Amino acid sequence: MKRIHYSLLEGRVGYYATLAILGAIAGAGVLAAWYMEHHGHIVTGMTNQIVWGMPHVFAVFLIVAASGVLNVASIGTVFNKTPYKPLGRLSAIMAMAVLAGGLTALVLDLGRPDRLIVAMTKYNFKSIFAWNIYLYNGFFAVVLLYLYTQMSSKFQVRRYYKAAGTLAFVWRLILTTGTGSIFGWLVARQGYDLAIYAPMFIALSFSFGLAFFLIMLISLYRLTERPLGNGLINRAGRLLGVFVAAAFYFVAVQHLTNFYAAEHQGVEHFLLFGGNVYSFLFWAGFVLVGTIIPFVMVFSKSAKTSMKPVFIASLLVVLGGLSLIYVIIIGGQAYPLVLFPGKEVSSSFFEGMINPYTPSFPEIVLGASGFAIAALITVLATKVLPLMPKSLADADVDPHLVIKDADVVEMKKAA
Amino acid sequence: MTSHSPDTRVDEARREFMKKSAAAGVIALAPGVTLMTMSSEAAAKADPKKRWGMLIDTTVCKSGCDKCVAACKAENGWEAKAGSPTDPQWIRKVDVKDPKTGFAMSLPVMCQHCANPPCVDVCPTGASMKRADGIVLVNRHICIGCRYCMMACPYKARSFEHHEVPEEEKAPWAPRGQGTVEACTMCVHRVDAGGIPACAEACDKGAILFGDLNDPDSDISKRLASGPSYQIRADLGADPGVRYARLP
Repeated sequence: MKRIHYSLLEGRVGYYATLAILGAIAGAGVLAAWYMEHHGHIVTGMTNQIVWGMPHVFAVFLIVAASGVLNVASIGTVFNKTPYKPLGRLSAIMAMAVLAGGLTALVLDLGRPDRLIVAMTKYNFKSIFAWNIYLYNGFFAVVLLYLYTQMSSKFQVRRYYKAAGTLAFVWRLILTTGTGSIFGWLVARQGYDLAIYAPMFIALSFSFGLAFFLIMLISLYRLTERPLGNGLINRAGRLLGVFVAAAFYFVAVQHLTNFYAAEHQGVEHFLLFGGNVYSFLFWAGFVLVGTIIPFVMVFSKSAKTSMKPVFIASLLVVLGGLSLIYVIIIGGQAYPLVLFPGKEVSSSFFEGMINPYTPSFPEIVLGASGFAIAALITVLATKVLPLMPKSLADADVDPHLVIKDADVVEMKKAA
Repeated sequence: MTSHSPDTRVDEARREFMKKSAAAGVIALAPGVTLMTMSSEAAAKADPKKRWGMLIDTTVCKSGCDKCVAACKAENGWEAKAGSPTDPQWIRKVDVKDPKTGFAMSLPVMCQHCANPPCVDVCPTGASMKRADGIVLVNRHICIGCRYCMMACPYKARSFEHHEVPEEEKAPWAPRGQGTVEACTMCVHRVDAGGIPACAEACDKGAILFGDLNDPDSDISKRLASGPSYQIRADLGADPGVRYARLP
């Protein structure tokens, strides 16, 4: 590997225009939160039946993705894969940015966001939520340390680069376990209460995170016209394919396990074959758009000569991921709580009924602003810190990635 | 010689890194809030030797009768418009029918005041809490409105305040506020004053028997000892303090 040179993000007009667009979306999210806080959650689609809504869908997606974004750095540091090493800095800063975006959407949806300080000062250590507050804050600290060991010019600091990277990798695995357990440890609900939620969320984080990272990486390098090797993107794209397959495996096992138990067949029928928004988002959103199509695209021949398939596949993985999280969070609540198994029930509190949910505009804006905040922090950070390698051309990253011209011509002919 | 060794050179990159990351890393927490702690007076009244509970005689509870619900509304100042998915419901009447046999019955469902309450387990701040005498409450002063307890409750006993509660609707003993979670308090204000919950008092069939489950000489303990009683979703192991004489 040649010595990698990092530099600050260039550009003035384009840079400020990007900041303005992302800032406007993030600002709209804050306004939406203010509107919700001012009027109460009555202005959202959330109810006493669907208590977690759209902000949670985006927030959970981003929190899960954040730890996955860090994988790119871990693959270089912990698993010693040369082509990923130059991406370590960007991966670390983006992981923190994505987590910040997700957490912002989450805390601004609280009924009392002004009491955030309470969540930071009063803890119930039996709550996985309380543990997550430590895990999220710790993630920022550990990743910042990891980034420092990557960027320092001092050998005495850089020598701890692998140790810090390993710590960050272990931390992110625990963090995603905590996020999955928010659902896995909900004993009362038919769609949750499964130990597989923790490893499933880890697998999902691998695919969501890498997809998000690739979208940002390709966009940043295209917009700044820096060299970016197709071999590198192709290799990361194929890894994305493996992650997508792994995530699908866990989701399949989760549903098969739940389906096997007669007591859970009701919720499984409802989510997968109910002919409703959830079954549509599961099959069309997650399985087709988020799994099958990107899987085929990243392993296609055209992915060897062009970045487009990997870029589009990454976008589809994000869309499919949001669909799946919607099915998990909203679908899991739409199916009624079972107080009397096997009995018909009715009450003034919508007992036994499928709970409807129509997200309102403010809550969608608040959720989506999490993405803008993540991108905004990343762009700002690359402007002030040397995080982006000047060149990610294959020859500069890893000579093994360079495809011979003759091969390209041959592949183009075949295509 | 003016040259210096690499060891004493200022680490420019580090300095720059620290400066910039410190600037970016300042997290603005929400404006400080004045925290009020739970009334120590109320907590002092919770006797750890007691476990308050209820036995609901579902053999006499009739479908269509909602005197217990009306009494709770009047006592604690909540209202639920028909068909509103956002209005709170501290207690509700549930009609249950066995589709295979046709047997139907009606019963009130409220917070079951579990010995192992899932809502208390999941609450990040400890706002959701169980008193020493078994009454499960929400400390409205430190509830951040995350609604995790509502996700965790097996009985759908909790409600979220979706809008501002007018001052005139608030009962002094039942603080309610926008953005926080609320539920049946087992009329803790009455219990602490030696009384019984409003629902138990209002039931003209005497179907709701309130008392100390730990006292073998209490009426409720004697009734429980003399015949079968059931807990809703007993399989979850939450050990509710509300028992039913019959379940479908």
